[in-house]
Amino acid sequence: MSDFMQFLLSGITVGATYALAGLGFTIIYNASHVINFAQGEFMMIGGMATVSLLAAGVPLPLAIVLAMALAVAVGIALEKFAVEPAGKAEVVTLIIITIGASLTLRGLAQVVWDKKFHALAPFSGDTPIQFLGAAILPQSLWVMGVSLVVVVALGWFFNRTLLGKAMLATAFNGGAAQLVGINVKFMLMLSFALSALLGAVAGILIAPIAPTSYDVGLMMGLKGFVAAVLGGLGNGLGAVVGGLVLGVAETMTAGYVSSSYKDAVAFVLIFLILFFLPNGLFGKRGTERV
Amino acid sequence: MNLANSRWTGLGVLALVLALLPLALPNNFYFDVANRIAINAIVAVGLNLLIGYAGQISMGHAGFFGLGGYVSAVLTANYGWPPLAALLVACVGVALLAYVVARPILRLKGHYLAMATLGLGMIVSIVITNESWLTGGPDGMVVPDFEVFGLRLYGEQTWYGVFAVLLVFAVWVALNIIDSPVGRALRAVHGSEVAAQVAGIDTTGYKVLVFVVSAVFATLVGSLSAHYGAFITPDKASFMHSVEFVTMVVVGGMASTFGAVVGAALLTLLPQVLSGLEDWEMVVFGLILMTSMIFMPRGLVPSLQARFTGGAR
Amino acid sequence: MKQSRMRRSALVLAASLGCLSAALAAEGPIKIGSFLSVTGPAAFLGDPELKTLQLYVDKLNAAGGVLGRKLELVHYDDAGDAAKANTFVKRLLEDDKVDVIVGGTTTGGTMAAVPLVERAGVPFVSLAGAVVIIDPVKKWVFKTPHTDRMACEKVFEDVKKRGLSKVALVSETSGFGKSGREQCVAVAPKLGVEITVDETYGPKDTDMTAQLAKVKGSAAQALLVFGLGQSPAIVAKNVAQLDIKLPQYQSHGVASKEFLQLAGAAAEGVRLPASALLVADQLPGNDPQKPVVVDYTREFKAKFNEDVSTFGGHAYDGLMLAVDAIKRAGSTDKEKVRAALESTKGYVGTGGVVNMSPSDHMGLDLSAFRMLEIRNGNWTLVP
Repeated sequence: MSDFMQFLLSGITVGATYALAGLGFTIIYNASHVINFAQGEFMMIGGMATVSLLAAGVPLPLAIVLAMALAVAVGIALEKFAVEPAGKAEVVTLIIITIGASLTLRGLAQVVWDKKFHALAPFSGDTPIQFLGAAILPQSLWVMGVSLVVVVALGWFFNRTLLGKAMLATAFNGGAAQLVGINVKFMLMLSFALSALLGAVAGILIAPIAPTSYDVGLMMGLKGFVAAVLGGLGNGLGAVVGGLVLGVAETMTAGYVSSSYKDAVAFVLIFLILFFLPNGLFGKRGTERV
Repeated sequence: MNLANSRWTGLGVLALVLALLPLALPNNFYFDVANRIAINAIVAVGLNLLIGYAGQISMGHAGFFGLGGYVSAVLTANYGWPPLAALLVACVGVALLAYVVARPILRLKGHYLAMATLGLGMIVSIVITNESWLTGGPDGMVVPDFEVFGLRLYGEQTWYGVFAVLLVFAVWVALNIIDSPVGRALRAVHGSEVAAQVAGIDTTGYKVLVFVVSAVFATLVGSLSAHYGAFITPDKASFMHSVEFVTMVVVGGMASTFGAVVGAALLTLLPQVLSGLEDWEMVVFGLILMTSMIFMPRGLVPSLQARFTGGAR
Repeated sequence: MKQSRMRRSALVLAASLGCLSAALAAEGPIKIGSFLSVTGPAAFLGDPELKTLQLYVDKLNAAGGVLGRKLELVHYDDAGDAAKANTFVKRLLEDDKVDVIVGGTTTGGTMAAVPLVERAGVPFVSLAGAVVIIDPVKKWVFKTPHTDRMACEKVFEDVKKRGLSKVALVSETSGFGKSGREQCVAVAPKLGVEITVDETYGPKDTDMTAQLAKVKGSAAQALLVFGLGQSPAIVAKNVAQLDIKLPQYQSHGVASKEFLQLAGAAAEGVRLPASALLVADQLPGNDPQKPVVVDYTREFKAKFNEDVSTFGGHAYDGLMLAVDAIKRAGSTDKEKVRAALESTKGYVGTGGVVNMSPSDHMGLDLSAFRMLEIRNGNWTLVP
């Protein structure tokens, strides 16, 4: 039983970071139908910038804010200088552009910072908390707590504020949104800024648990993509559930089946889900217009 | 008709270039680069059928490439099979696998299809990495020379002959499929699947065919390149390698067979050219990728073609 | 007809150019080829290796070069990709025509180069760990780092000294970890050690508590972690999190200051086998390695303002072994250099005292490994 709790709580912690990455994919996908393969790089920027600012003597809270601001600036630049000029290019073309962007950012990070791994100090110490026979780190609570706050805040933003509704409207039908006076270009930019912010938050939260380096974005981005697709692309709640399912499935497999094959199990899971639900867990089932 | 003619002329030009190229290659290193270009080009030509003509994204073709290499490596090195038999088993095996998974996978659309193919490639790569008793694990394994009928294929220049002939053959097969009734019909309705279906065309059958053909292309050269390189690692089946293949197709130009060849050549040459930049290599490579796609979203060859022929499609 | 004549004349031209350049090369610099993983997942290994090579090639040149000729370092970054390593080695052999190769950060990259250097007949000193590189012996291939098999032996020796015998093994699914796991499983029975738990994790994993929970509930008396880079630090932290009180061993793959920084307090009491380089200032004055490691530490710190790792030390040893062999061979003749490398005796490097032979292309014995323990955030020698 205590093993089960340990696996579950570890899985939820890992899953929460996948969920935040998945949400980043979802927001941009909704606004632009772009799969942003540079999403993982936002997480890298968040973690690495915080580490380097701390090393430069900046206090932690300010370092975190500055790191998030940097990620947002990069996100906006990516939209302005790469995605917007490409305009109505094909899906694959846009994917390649974001892959190019992710390589560029990763390359810049290794030149500007370094190629080493860095750990952040945990926000509230590293004395484990015992809970139903499982030991969890205070940092895990930070990850879960902040993720929950982010999800609730996003829900409020998209359902209760004019700006959020405008973004949703743009996602649903860009042309119609433009007609009713919504600045579609601005919405697009906002979606990149928001995703970058989410990515940076996730990258900073996980840095005390798993060290960060210039190339952590690749794996986190991939996991985030999996989470987003698992839940049904374009569905925010789906991405969260997808991330948690992925994280828990991984630790449960590592714990009960085989630690070597835990990543494979995640992909088999995806096959099964896509086989029975071709649009993911919570994807739109409507017919596609042609 | 005119367009089709120009395509077949292209095949002749390609064959001529490949025949004359050895005169310009000063040493075996350049032959090696040419061989790697040909290897990638064959995969890209196959993948282009799937992405460019059938409109289906695959993020898992390195899985097939790696399977081909590992089936050949394991059967020849561990079990003493003749390389040709191993090659045939690899191709037939992957063709069957691709055929079986094609229908459920191709039912998926857009990004879900990308995800499923990505998953397929990942599973292949994870199995190869984990079963080290068979595959040597992440450190890879040595692959024996390719011998057929007592003839041993060895050396960059000999292999150049093999890969050059195969590339011409691959392009010829691709052009035939494109010019087949289904291929023509699909292009006639400007790639709209529903319109083609309405017109009574078996689009699923076409997609499955193209999926299998592109998988077999990847397997074939995956297998040969393992013998050629004399060594194989799980990197060959990795997600990043799949992405590289897709990038070749898209940069060269979707729905352009010669674009795929050009894309493969560019993306194989770039890392060699940029190797002097050291730490800046990744930045420059990423920027080139981004700018070329932003300014030539249809890819290099179609964009240049459009410029020279006055923009007509 | 015309084509073949053209081809023939082109060949003649190429051949005469080749002769010309070969004649010029005799007066030119000695070319040291290198391919290292300066970027990618193994960058923390390749980066200090390249810095070391550049630093010492410059120093040797400033001191007048070797055999009156300058050294020229030709380097390519394989980014941890064995396929890239394979191409770049071809380039080193065919295009750059290097005299000797010192490089190969990862075992995968090295093994991808082995068939090529064996065919070309160029001496190759690898900087990668696994025992497969030199066992079986390959005519042209040498290596400087201690093998994973030695690491297992050293650790199990220490486990037995503590009067324990049941070991839990947690290894990474990277090349380094896989090979290490296989070697440990193979040598354990010979040393009277039983591996009771055998778990693995992925090199990019962020949480290993699931695997470690199984260690906690088992009868194991000690824990051995076999991995590279940041993941062993996560394991160490997870061990502390789960309050696992077993004596903990790590492999020589964590022998850099980075591990201490990443693992922090969780690294206290962890033991690992490593070369003398890490404890240069703690060595007794009569230790034969003392002057070498103190010297290298000072030079590296002065130039790069970074702590030394044993990985940079491997590159130092590789370069110096090659230079030493070229000096003794009196030329860059490949076969002579190879024979000189193979007959290296009593060379004192950062990794230990090297005695090569036709059956041993590494030349280090178990005494080259020191058992270190992490105390107060620093390495200390276990007596």
